[in-house]
Amino acid sequence: MLNTFQYLGRETLKSLRKLGRANFFLLHILSGLPQLVQRPRLLIAQLYSVGVLSVLLITISGLFVGMVLALQGYNVLSGFGAEESLGVMVAASLVRELGPVVTALLFSGRAGSALTAEIGLMKATEQLSGMEMMAVDPIKRIMAPRFFAGLVSMPLLAGLFTAVGVIGGYFVGVGLLGVDQGPFWSQMQAKIDFCDDTVNGFIKSLVFGAVVTWIAVFEGYDAVPTAEGVSRATTRSVVYSAFAVLGSDFLLTALMFGD
Amino acid sequence: MRHVFASDEVLISIRGLTFGWGERKIFDNVSLDIPRGKVTAIMGPSGTGKTTLLKLIGGQLRPECGEILVDGQNVHRLGHAALYELRKRMGMLFQSGALLTDLSVYENVAFPLREHTQLPDSMIRSLVLMKLQAVGLRGARNLMPTELSGGMARRVALARAIALDPLMLMYDEPFTGQDPISMGVLVKLIHDLNRDLGLTSILVSHDVMETVAIADYVYLISGGQVVGQGTPAEIEASASPWIGQFMHGAPDGPVAFHYPAIDYARDLLGDAA
Repeated sequence: MLNTFQYLGRETLKSLRKLGRANFFLLHILSGLPQLVQRPRLLIAQLYSVGVLSVLLITISGLFVGMVLALQGYNVLSGFGAEESLGVMVAASLVRELGPVVTALLFSGRAGSALTAEIGLMKATEQLSGMEMMAVDPIKRIMAPRFFAGLVSMPLLAGLFTAVGVIGGYFVGVGLLGVDQGPFWSQMQAKIDFCDDTVNGFIKSLVFGAVVTWIAVFEGYDAVPTAEGVSRATTRSVVYSAFAVLGSDFLLTALMFGD
Repeated sequence: MRHVFASDEVLISIRGLTFGWGERKIFDNVSLDIPRGKVTAIMGPSGTGKTTLLKLIGGQLRPECGEILVDGQNVHRLGHAALYELRKRMGMLFQSGALLTDLSVYENVAFPLREHTQLPDSMIRSLVLMKLQAVGLRGARNLMPTELSGGMARRVALARAIALDPLMLMYDEPFTGQDPISMGVLVKLIHDLNRDLGLTSILVSHDVMETVAIADYVYLISGGQVVGQGTPAEIEASASPWIGQFMHGAPDGPVAFHYPAIDYARDLLGDAA
Protein backbone atom coordinates (compact mmCIF):
# COMPACT_ATOMS: atom_id res chain seq x y z
CA MET A 1 0.00 0.00 0.00
CA LEU A 2 2.78 2.39 1.03
CA ASN A 3 4.68 1.42 -2.09
CA THR A 4 1.70 2.37 -4.24
CA PHE A 5 1.57 5.83 -2.64
CA GLN A 6 5.32 6.20 -3.06
CA TYR A 7 5.04 5.23 -6.71
CA LEU A 8 2.14 7.64 -7.31
CA GLY A 9 3.97 10.46 -5.54
CA ARG A 10 7.18 9.82 -7.47
CA GLU A 11 5.40 9.69 -10.82
CA THR A 12 3.39 12.86 -10.05
CA LEU A 13 6.55 14.75 -9.09
CA LYS A 14 8.26 13.48 -12.24
CA SER A 15 5.35 14.67 -14.41
CA LEU A 16 5.25 18.07 -12.69
CA ARG A 17 8.99 18.48 -13.15
CA LYS A 18 8.63 17.66 -16.84
CA LEU A 19 5.77 20.14 -17.18
CA GLY A 20 7.94 22.79 -15.53
CA ARG A 21 10.80 22.02 -17.90
CA ALA A 22 8.42 22.18 -20.87
CA ASN A 23 7.18 25.62 -19.78
CA PHE A 24 10.68 27.05 -19.37
CA PHE A 25 11.52 25.52 -22.73
CA LEU A 26 8.55 27.31 -24.32
CA LEU A 27 9.61 30.64 -22.78
CA HIS A 28 13.12 30.09 -24.12
CA ILE A 29 11.69 29.41 -27.60
CA LEU A 30 9.55 32.55 -27.48
CA SER A 31 12.62 34.58 -26.54
CA GLY A 32 14.12 33.47 -29.87
CA LEU A 33 11.48 35.34 -31.90
CA PRO A 34 13.48 38.60 -32.36
CA GLN A 35 16.45 36.62 -33.68
CA LEU A 36 14.14 34.74 -36.04
CA VAL A 37 12.66 37.97 -37.40
CA GLN A 38 16.18 39.03 -38.35
CA ARG A 39 16.81 35.73 -40.14
CA PRO A 40 13.55 34.84 -41.92
CA ARG A 41 15.39 32.25 -44.05
CA LEU A 42 15.48 29.87 -41.08
CA LEU A 43 11.70 30.12 -40.75
CA ILE A 44 11.10 29.72 -44.48
CA ALA A 45 13.15 26.50 -44.61
CA GLN A 46 11.05 25.06 -41.79
CA LEU A 47 7.78 26.29 -43.29
CA TYR A 48 8.68 24.16 -46.28
CA SER A 49 9.46 20.96 -44.37
CA VAL A 50 6.73 21.33 -41.75
CA GLY A 51 4.00 22.97 -43.83
CA VAL A 52 4.47 22.51 -47.56
CA LEU A 53 5.37 18.83 -47.29
CA SER A 54 2.13 18.25 -45.36
CA VAL A 55 -0.05 19.77 -48.10
CA LEU A 56 -0.67 16.57 -50.06
CA LEU A 57 -1.70 14.57 -46.98
CA ILE A 58 -4.01 17.35 -45.78
CA THR A 59 -5.57 17.85 -49.23
CA ILE A 60 -6.36 14.18 -49.81
CA SER A 61 -7.64 13.69 -46.25
CA GLY A 62 -9.78 16.83 -46.46
CA LEU A 63 -11.32 15.68 -49.74
CA PHE A 64 -12.35 12.30 -48.34
CA VAL A 65 -13.61 13.71 -45.04
CA GLY A 66 -15.79 16.20 -46.97
CA MET A 67 -17.12 13.43 -49.24
CA VAL A 68 -17.98 11.16 -46.29
CA LEU A 69 -19.63 14.06 -44.45
CA ALA A 70 -21.84 14.74 -47.49
CA LEU A 71 -22.82 11.06 -47.80
CA GLN A 72 -23.69 10.69 -44.11
CA GLY A 73 -25.34 14.12 -43.93
CA TYR A 74 -27.48 13.44 -46.96
CA ASN A 75 -28.77 10.19 -45.43
CA VAL A 76 -29.88 11.99 -42.25
CA LEU A 77 -31.10 15.25 -43.78
CA SER A 78 -33.11 13.61 -46.57
CA GLY A 79 -35.15 11.84 -43.84
CA PHE A 80 -36.48 15.27 -42.88
CA GLY A 81 -36.62 16.60 -46.41
CA ALA A 82 -33.82 19.00 -45.51
CA GLU A 83 -31.19 17.84 -47.99
CA GLU A 84 -30.80 21.43 -49.23
CA SER A 85 -29.09 22.19 -45.89
CA LEU A 86 -26.34 19.73 -46.80
CA GLY A 87 -23.93 22.54 -47.75
CA VAL A 88 -24.23 24.32 -44.43
CA MET A 89 -23.94 21.07 -42.50
CA VAL A 90 -20.76 20.07 -44.29
CA ALA A 91 -19.24 23.55 -44.01
CA ALA A 92 -20.15 24.07 -40.34
CA SER A 93 -18.74 20.67 -39.34
CA LEU A 94 -15.53 21.38 -41.17
CA VAL A 95 -15.03 25.02 -40.17
CA ARG A 96 -15.91 24.58 -36.51
CA GLU A 97 -14.54 21.13 -35.68
CA LEU A 98 -13.20 18.71 -38.24
CA GLY A 99 -10.96 21.18 -40.08
CA PRO A 100 -8.85 22.21 -37.07
CA VAL A 101 -9.07 18.90 -35.17
CA VAL A 102 -8.41 16.39 -37.96
CA THR A 103 -5.72 18.64 -39.45
CA ALA A 104 -4.01 18.85 -36.04
CA LEU A 105 -4.13 15.06 -35.61
CA LEU A 106 -2.75 14.49 -39.11
CA PHE A 107 -0.20 17.26 -38.61
CA SER A 108 1.09 15.67 -35.41
CA GLY A 109 1.44 12.32 -37.19
CA ARG A 110 3.19 13.75 -40.24
CA ALA A 111 5.16 16.80 -39.08
CA GLY A 112 5.18 16.44 -35.27
CA SER A 113 6.66 12.94 -35.28
CA ALA A 114 9.28 14.01 -37.84
CA LEU A 115 10.26 16.99 -35.68
CA THR A 116 10.61 14.86 -32.54
CA ALA A 117 12.68 12.23 -34.33
CA GLU A 118 14.89 14.82 -36.02
CA ILE A 119 15.62 16.76 -32.81
CA GLY A 120 16.01 13.55 -30.77
CA LEU A 121 18.55 12.23 -33.26
CA MET A 122 20.40 15.56 -33.26
CA LYS A 123 20.65 15.18 -29.50
CA ALA A 124 21.75 11.55 -29.71
CA THR A 125 24.49 12.41 -32.23
CA GLU A 126 25.74 15.32 -30.05
CA GLN A 127 24.77 17.90 -32.68
CA LEU A 128 22.91 19.97 -30.08
CA SER A 129 25.84 19.75 -27.62
CA GLY A 130 28.18 20.67 -30.46
CA MET A 131 26.11 23.76 -31.18
CA GLU A 132 26.15 24.79 -27.53
CA MET A 133 29.93 24.52 -27.55
CA MET A 134 30.03 26.70 -30.68
CA ALA A 135 28.16 29.30 -28.61
CA VAL A 136 25.01 28.79 -30.69
CA ASP A 137 21.87 28.37 -28.61
CA PRO A 138 20.15 25.26 -30.04
CA ILE A 139 16.77 26.27 -28.63
CA LYS A 140 16.84 29.56 -30.49
CA ARG A 141 18.59 28.25 -33.61
CA ILE A 142 16.87 24.86 -34.05
CA MET A 143 13.69 24.74 -31.94
CA ALA A 144 12.35 28.29 -32.42
CA PRO A 145 12.14 28.19 -36.26
CA ARG A 146 10.41 24.79 -36.08
CA PHE A 147 7.95 25.94 -33.42
CA PHE A 148 6.96 29.12 -35.27
CA ALA A 149 6.77 27.24 -38.58
CA GLY A 150 4.25 24.87 -36.95
CA LEU A 151 2.33 27.81 -35.53
CA VAL A 152 2.04 29.47 -38.95
CA SER A 153 1.45 26.28 -40.93
CA MET A 154 -1.39 24.81 -38.88
CA PRO A 155 -4.06 27.50 -39.56
CA LEU A 156 -3.13 27.49 -43.25
CA LEU A 157 -3.35 23.72 -43.46
CA ALA A 158 -6.64 23.71 -41.51
CA GLY A 159 -7.98 26.31 -43.97
CA LEU A 160 -6.89 24.11 -46.88
CA PHE A 161 -8.43 21.02 -45.28
CA THR A 162 -11.74 22.85 -44.78
CA ALA A 163 -11.83 24.30 -48.30
CA VAL A 164 -11.01 20.97 -49.95
CA GLY A 165 -13.54 19.25 -47.65
CA VAL A 166 -16.29 21.60 -48.82
CA ILE A 167 -15.36 20.86 -52.44
CA GLY A 168 -15.46 17.11 -51.66
CA GLY A 169 -18.91 17.61 -50.10
CA TYR A 170 -20.00 19.50 -53.21
CA PHE A 171 -18.85 16.70 -55.54
CA VAL A 172 -20.78 14.08 -53.61
CA GLY A 173 -23.81 16.18 -52.60
CA VAL A 174 -24.43 18.10 -55.81
CA GLY A 175 -22.61 15.95 -58.33
CA LEU A 176 -23.50 12.47 -57.10
CA LEU A 177 -26.62 12.75 -54.95
CA GLY A 178 -28.37 15.50 -56.93
CA VAL A 179 -28.74 18.21 -54.27
CA ASP A 180 -29.57 21.58 -55.86
CA GLN A 181 -26.39 23.63 -55.97
CA GLY A 182 -28.20 26.98 -55.43
CA PRO A 183 -29.32 26.29 -51.85
CA PHE A 184 -26.14 24.26 -51.24
CA TRP A 185 -24.00 27.39 -51.63
CA SER A 186 -26.49 30.09 -50.57
CA GLN A 187 -27.40 28.46 -47.26
CA MET A 188 -23.75 27.93 -46.55
CA GLN A 189 -23.09 31.61 -47.27
CA ALA A 190 -25.99 32.73 -45.09
CA LYS A 191 -25.40 30.47 -42.09
CA ILE A 192 -21.65 30.35 -41.73
CA ASP A 193 -20.75 33.41 -39.69
CA PHE A 194 -17.32 34.96 -40.07
CA CYS A 195 -16.79 35.72 -36.36
CA ASP A 196 -18.61 32.79 -34.80
CA ASP A 197 -17.38 30.11 -37.14
CA THR A 198 -14.38 31.11 -39.24
CA VAL A 199 -12.52 33.14 -36.61
CA ASN A 200 -13.20 30.56 -33.91
CA GLY A 201 -12.00 27.78 -36.21
CA PHE A 202 -8.89 29.84 -36.94
CA ILE A 203 -8.21 30.35 -33.21
CA LYS A 204 -8.60 26.62 -32.61
CA SER A 205 -6.16 25.74 -35.35
CA LEU A 206 -3.66 28.29 -34.02
CA VAL A 207 -3.89 26.82 -30.51
CA PHE A 208 -3.59 23.26 -31.84
CA GLY A 209 -0.59 24.29 -33.96
CA ALA A 210 1.14 25.74 -30.90
CA VAL A 211 0.34 22.73 -28.70
CA VAL A 212 1.29 20.06 -31.24
CA THR A 213 4.56 21.72 -32.26
CA TRP A 214 5.48 22.56 -28.65
CA ILE A 215 4.99 18.91 -27.65
CA ALA A 216 6.91 17.69 -30.71
CA VAL A 217 10.00 19.87 -30.25
CA PHE A 218 10.06 19.45 -26.46
CA GLU A 219 9.79 15.66 -26.64
CA GLY A 220 12.70 15.63 -29.10
CA TYR A 221 14.79 17.93 -26.92
CA ASP A 222 13.95 15.99 -23.75
CA ALA A 223 14.46 12.54 -25.34
CA VAL A 224 16.87 10.04 -23.84
CA PRO A 225 19.72 10.23 -26.38
CA THR A 226 19.60 6.59 -27.52
CA ALA A 227 17.79 4.82 -30.39
CA GLU A 228 15.17 3.50 -27.98
CA GLY A 229 14.83 6.88 -26.26
CA VAL A 230 14.17 8.66 -29.56
CA SER A 231 11.66 6.01 -30.61
CA ARG A 232 9.78 6.37 -27.30
CA ALA A 233 9.85 10.15 -27.54
CA THR A 234 8.37 10.02 -31.05
CA THR A 235 5.53 7.79 -29.87
CA ARG A 236 4.91 10.06 -26.85
CA SER A 237 4.88 13.09 -29.11
CA VAL A 238 2.01 11.72 -31.25
CA VAL A 239 0.04 10.30 -28.29
CA TYR A 240 0.34 13.43 -26.12
CA SER A 241 -0.50 15.61 -29.12
CA ALA A 242 -3.71 13.65 -29.75
CA PHE A 243 -4.76 13.97 -26.10
CA ALA A 244 -3.84 17.65 -25.98
CA VAL A 245 -5.70 18.44 -29.22
CA LEU A 246 -8.88 16.60 -28.23
CA GLY A 247 -8.81 17.95 -24.65
CA SER A 248 -8.16 21.55 -25.65
CA ASP A 249 -10.80 21.22 -28.39
CA PHE A 250 -13.39 20.45 -25.74
CA LEU A 251 -12.30 23.43 -23.65
CA LEU A 252 -12.22 25.80 -26.61
CA THR A 253 -15.60 24.58 -27.91
CA ALA A 254 -17.12 25.08 -24.45
CA LEU A 255 -15.71 28.60 -24.33
CA MET A 256 -16.66 29.53 -27.88
CA PHE A 257 -19.98 27.82 -28.46
CA GLY A 258 -21.10 26.73 -25.01
CA ASP A 259 -23.47 29.56 -24.14
CA MET B 1 56.42 14.76 -9.86
CA ARG B 2 53.70 17.38 -9.47
CA HIS B 3 54.47 20.69 -11.18
CA VAL B 4 53.31 23.96 -9.75
CA PHE B 5 52.57 26.23 -12.68
CA ALA B 6 52.95 29.99 -12.28
CA SER B 7 49.56 31.72 -12.35
CA ASP B 8 50.23 33.41 -15.72
CA GLU B 9 51.15 30.02 -17.19
CA VAL B 10 47.74 28.55 -16.34
CA LEU B 11 44.77 28.87 -18.70
CA ILE B 12 42.37 26.57 -16.88
CA SER B 13 42.40 26.14 -13.15
CA ILE B 14 40.18 23.54 -11.49
CA ARG B 15 39.87 23.69 -7.71
CA GLY B 16 38.06 21.25 -5.43
CA LEU B 17 35.86 19.89 -8.20
CA THR B 18 33.19 17.47 -7.01
CA PHE B 19 30.61 16.04 -9.38
CA GLY B 20 28.45 12.94 -9.53
CA TRP B 21 25.66 11.31 -11.45
CA GLY B 22 23.07 10.57 -8.79
CA GLU B 23 24.73 8.48 -6.10
CA ARG B 24 27.80 7.78 -8.23
CA LYS B 25 30.72 10.14 -7.57
CA ILE B 26 32.69 10.96 -10.72
CA PHE B 27 35.06 13.58 -9.27
CA ASP B 28 35.84 13.93 -5.59
CA ASN B 29 37.62 17.18 -4.72
CA VAL B 30 39.79 17.20 -7.84
CA SER B 31 42.23 20.06 -8.45
CA LEU B 32 44.35 20.48 -11.55
CA ASP B 33 45.84 23.16 -13.79
CA ILE B 34 45.97 23.23 -17.57
CA PRO B 35 49.01 25.19 -18.75
CA ARG B 36 48.74 27.74 -21.56
CA GLY B 37 50.07 26.93 -25.03
CA LYS B 38 50.66 23.25 -24.29
CA VAL B 39 48.99 19.96 -25.12
CA THR B 40 47.71 18.55 -21.84
CA ALA B 41 46.45 14.99 -21.85
CA ILE B 42 43.80 13.73 -19.47
CA MET B 43 43.99 9.95 -19.40
CA GLY B 44 42.30 7.23 -17.48
CA PRO B 45 40.24 4.07 -17.85
CA SER B 46 36.81 4.16 -19.53
CA GLY B 47 34.06 5.56 -17.36
CA THR B 48 36.30 7.75 -15.19
CA GLY B 49 34.58 10.91 -16.36
CA LYS B 50 37.10 12.30 -18.83
CA THR B 51 34.37 13.50 -21.20
CA THR B 52 32.39 14.78 -18.20
CA LEU B 53 35.41 16.90 -17.27
CA LEU B 54 35.37 18.54 -20.72
CA LYS B 55 31.63 19.23 -20.38
CA LEU B 56 32.27 20.78 -16.96
CA ILE B 57 34.99 23.01 -18.40
CA GLY B 58 32.66 24.02 -21.25
CA GLY B 59 29.89 24.88 -18.79
CA GLN B 60 27.52 22.21 -20.15
CA LEU B 61 27.46 20.55 -16.72
CA ARG B 62 27.48 22.21 -13.31
CA PRO B 63 29.69 20.86 -10.50
CA GLU B 64 28.29 20.08 -7.07
CA CYS B 65 31.11 22.11 -5.56
CA GLY B 66 34.45 23.56 -6.54
CA GLU B 67 35.26 26.02 -9.29
CA ILE B 68 36.63 26.02 -12.81
CA LEU B 69 38.41 29.15 -14.01
CA VAL B 70 39.04 29.55 -17.73
CA ASP B 71 41.31 32.49 -18.52
CA GLY B 72 40.42 33.92 -15.11
CA GLN B 73 36.64 33.59 -15.54
CA ASN B 74 34.65 31.29 -13.27
CA VAL B 75 32.70 29.28 -15.85
CA HIS B 76 29.78 28.42 -13.58
CA ARG B 77 29.29 31.94 -12.25
CA LEU B 78 28.87 33.42 -15.73
CA GLY B 79 25.45 34.42 -17.05
CA HIS B 80 24.08 32.90 -20.26
CA ALA B 81 25.45 35.64 -22.53
CA ALA B 82 28.90 35.73 -20.91
CA LEU B 83 29.18 31.93 -21.02
CA TYR B 84 28.34 31.94 -24.73
CA GLU B 85 30.92 34.71 -25.27
CA LEU B 86 33.53 32.53 -23.52
CA ARG B 87 32.53 29.49 -25.58
CA LYS B 88 33.35 31.39 -28.77
CA ARG B 89 36.97 31.16 -27.57
CA MET B 90 36.71 27.44 -26.78
CA GLY B 91 36.71 24.83 -29.52
CA MET B 92 35.56 21.32 -28.82
CA LEU B 93 36.00 18.22 -30.93
CA PHE B 94 33.39 15.62 -30.03
CA GLN B 95 34.10 11.93 -30.33
CA SER B 96 31.48 11.56 -33.06
CA GLY B 97 32.46 14.81 -34.77
CA ALA B 98 28.94 16.14 -34.10
CA LEU B 99 28.71 17.54 -37.63
CA LEU B 100 25.34 18.92 -38.66
CA THR B 101 24.07 16.15 -40.90
CA ASP B 102 21.87 18.34 -43.11
CA LEU B 103 24.77 20.63 -44.07
CA SER B 104 27.69 19.94 -46.41
CA VAL B 105 31.30 19.92 -45.21
CA TYR B 106 31.70 23.50 -46.45
CA GLU B 107 28.56 24.71 -44.69
CA ASN B 108 29.51 22.92 -41.48
CA VAL B 109 32.82 24.79 -41.30
CA ALA B 110 31.08 28.04 -42.32
CA PHE B 111 28.40 27.53 -39.63
CA PRO B 112 30.13 29.27 -36.68
CA LEU B 113 31.30 32.07 -38.97
CA ARG B 114 27.78 32.68 -40.27
CA GLU B 115 26.34 32.53 -36.75
CA HIS B 116 28.82 34.85 -35.06
CA THR B 117 30.14 37.22 -37.71
CA GLN B 118 28.72 39.52 -40.37
CA LEU B 119 31.48 38.65 -42.85
CA PRO B 120 30.62 38.72 -46.57
CA ASP B 121 30.28 35.39 -48.37
CA SER B 122 33.55 35.87 -50.26
CA MET B 123 35.50 36.21 -47.01
CA ILE B 124 33.70 33.29 -45.41
CA ARG B 125 34.63 31.22 -48.46
CA SER B 126 38.31 32.10 -48.10
CA LEU B 127 38.31 31.35 -44.38
CA VAL B 128 36.50 28.03 -44.82
CA LEU B 129 38.91 26.94 -47.55
CA MET B 130 41.89 27.89 -45.37
CA LYS B 131 40.55 25.87 -42.43
CA LEU B 132 39.77 22.90 -44.68
CA GLN B 133 43.22 23.15 -46.26
CA ALA B 134 44.74 22.99 -42.75
CA VAL B 135 43.06 19.62 -42.16
CA GLY B 136 43.68 18.42 -45.72
CA LEU B 137 40.03 18.27 -46.79
CA ARG B 138 39.66 21.28 -49.10
CA GLY B 139 38.76 18.86 -51.88
CA ALA B 140 35.95 17.32 -49.83
CA ARG B 141 34.08 20.58 -49.32
CA ASN B 142 30.99 19.51 -51.25
CA LEU B 143 30.57 16.13 -49.56
CA MET B 144 27.83 15.53 -47.01
CA PRO B 145 28.73 14.23 -43.52
CA THR B 146 27.21 10.82 -44.36
CA GLU B 147 29.76 10.45 -47.17
CA LEU B 148 32.76 10.89 -44.84
CA SER B 149 34.75 8.25 -42.99
CA GLY B 150 35.02 8.57 -39.20
CA GLY B 151 38.50 10.09 -39.44
CA MET B 152 37.45 12.58 -42.13
CA ALA B 153 34.42 13.62 -40.06
CA ARG B 154 36.70 14.38 -37.12
CA ARG B 155 39.01 16.41 -39.35
CA VAL B 156 36.04 18.44 -40.64
CA ALA B 157 34.91 18.93 -37.04
CA LEU B 158 38.44 20.09 -36.24
CA ALA B 159 38.32 22.61 -39.10
CA ARG B 160 34.98 23.83 -37.72
CA ALA B 161 36.38 24.03 -34.18
CA ILE B 162 39.21 26.32 -35.30
CA ALA B 163 36.96 28.45 -37.54
CA LEU B 164 36.64 31.21 -34.95
CA ASP B 165 40.36 31.07 -34.02
CA PRO B 166 39.77 29.91 -30.45
CA LEU B 167 42.03 30.25 -27.46
CA MET B 168 41.85 26.56 -26.64
CA LEU B 169 40.70 23.26 -28.11
CA MET B 170 39.25 20.29 -26.24
CA TYR B 171 39.50 16.88 -27.88
CA ASP B 172 37.18 14.13 -26.69
CA GLU B 173 38.70 10.72 -27.53
CA PRO B 174 39.91 11.80 -30.98
CA PHE B 175 41.66 8.49 -31.76
CA THR B 176 38.91 6.04 -30.87
CA GLY B 177 38.02 3.66 -33.69
CA GLN B 178 40.56 5.07 -36.17
CA ASP B 179 42.71 3.10 -38.57
CA PRO B 180 46.50 3.66 -38.22
CA ILE B 181 46.66 6.17 -41.08
CA SER B 182 43.74 8.28 -39.78
CA MET B 183 45.21 8.04 -36.31
CA GLY B 184 48.59 9.30 -37.58
CA VAL B 185 46.89 12.16 -39.43
CA LEU B 186 44.96 13.21 -36.31
CA VAL B 187 48.05 13.01 -34.06
CA LYS B 188 49.97 15.22 -36.49
CA LEU B 189 47.07 17.67 -36.83
CA ILE B 190 46.58 18.08 -33.10
CA HIS B 191 50.30 18.66 -32.58
CA ASP B 192 50.75 21.01 -35.55
CA LEU B 193 47.60 23.06 -34.92
CA ASN B 194 48.56 23.57 -31.30
CA ARG B 195 52.01 24.76 -32.29
CA ASP B 196 51.07 26.85 -35.34
CA LEU B 197 47.95 28.52 -33.94
CA GLY B 198 49.36 29.00 -30.43
CA LEU B 199 46.46 27.10 -28.91
CA THR B 200 46.06 25.38 -25.60
CA SER B 201 44.88 21.81 -26.15
CA ILE B 202 43.23 19.42 -23.75
CA LEU B 203 43.34 15.91 -25.06
CA VAL B 204 41.10 13.35 -23.41
CA SER B 205 42.07 9.86 -24.44
CA HIS B 206 43.00 6.39 -23.37
CA ASP B 207 45.17 5.70 -26.40
CA VAL B 208 48.44 5.80 -24.49
CA MET B 209 51.02 5.69 -27.30
CA GLU B 210 49.46 8.38 -29.47
CA THR B 211 48.64 10.67 -26.57
CA VAL B 212 52.01 10.45 -24.91
CA ALA B 213 53.70 11.18 -28.26
CA ILE B 214 52.21 14.68 -28.47
CA ALA B 215 51.35 15.63 -24.88
CA ASP B 216 53.46 18.11 -22.94
CA TYR B 217 51.83 17.26 -19.63
CA VAL B 218 49.70 14.32 -18.55
CA TYR B 219 47.07 13.87 -15.85
CA LEU B 220 45.93 10.36 -14.99
CA ILE B 221 42.48 10.15 -13.47
CA SER B 222 40.86 7.16 -11.82
CA GLY B 223 38.18 6.65 -9.19
CA GLY B 224 37.35 10.34 -9.04
CA GLN B 225 40.94 11.38 -8.18
CA VAL B 226 44.07 12.52 -10.00
CA VAL B 227 46.28 9.47 -9.48
CA GLY B 228 49.29 10.70 -11.39
CA GLN B 229 50.62 13.73 -13.22
CA GLY B 230 53.76 14.95 -14.88
CA THR B 231 55.52 15.12 -18.22
CA PRO B 232 55.21 11.95 -20.34
CA ALA B 233 58.77 10.97 -19.32
CA GLU B 234 57.93 11.37 -15.64
CA ILE B 235 54.76 9.34 -16.03
CA GLU B 236 56.66 6.59 -17.85
CA ALA B 237 59.22 6.52 -15.05
CA SER B 238 56.62 6.39 -12.30
CA ALA B 239 57.04 3.68 -9.67
CA SER B 240 53.27 3.45 -9.10
CA PRO B 241 52.02 -0.06 -10.02
CA TRP B 242 48.66 1.37 -11.14
CA ILE B 243 50.32 3.87 -13.52
CA GLY B 244 52.62 1.11 -14.78
CA GLN B 245 49.65 -1.15 -15.51
CA PHE B 246 47.72 1.59 -17.29
CA MET B 247 50.62 2.87 -19.39
CA HIS B 248 51.64 -0.62 -20.54
CA GLY B 249 48.18 -2.12 -20.82
CA ALA B 250 48.94 -5.05 -18.53
CA PRO B 251 45.85 -7.29 -18.20
CA ASP B 252 46.32 -7.87 -14.49
CA GLY B 253 47.69 -5.80 -11.67
CA PRO B 254 46.24 -3.33 -9.19
CA VAL B 255 43.23 -3.23 -11.51
CA ALA B 256 42.31 -6.91 -11.29
CA PHE B 257 41.39 -8.93 -14.37
CA HIS B 258 38.48 -10.48 -12.48
CA TYR B 259 35.48 -8.53 -11.36
CA PRO B 260 35.06 -9.11 -7.58
CA ALA B 261 33.24 -12.41 -7.01
CA ILE B 262 32.99 -15.24 -4.50
CA ASP B 263 35.58 -18.03 -4.56
CA TYR B 264 35.71 -19.72 -8.00
CA ALA B 265 35.65 -23.33 -6.69
CA ARG B 266 32.75 -22.62 -4.35
CA ASP B 267 30.89 -20.89 -7.14
CA LEU B 268 31.37 -23.83 -9.57
CA LEU B 269 30.47 -26.49 -7.08
CA GLY B 270 27.49 -24.52 -5.83
CA ASP B 271 25.56 -26.30 -3.06
CA ALA B 272 27.84 -29.37 -3.23
CA ALA B 273 30.78 -27.40 -1.76
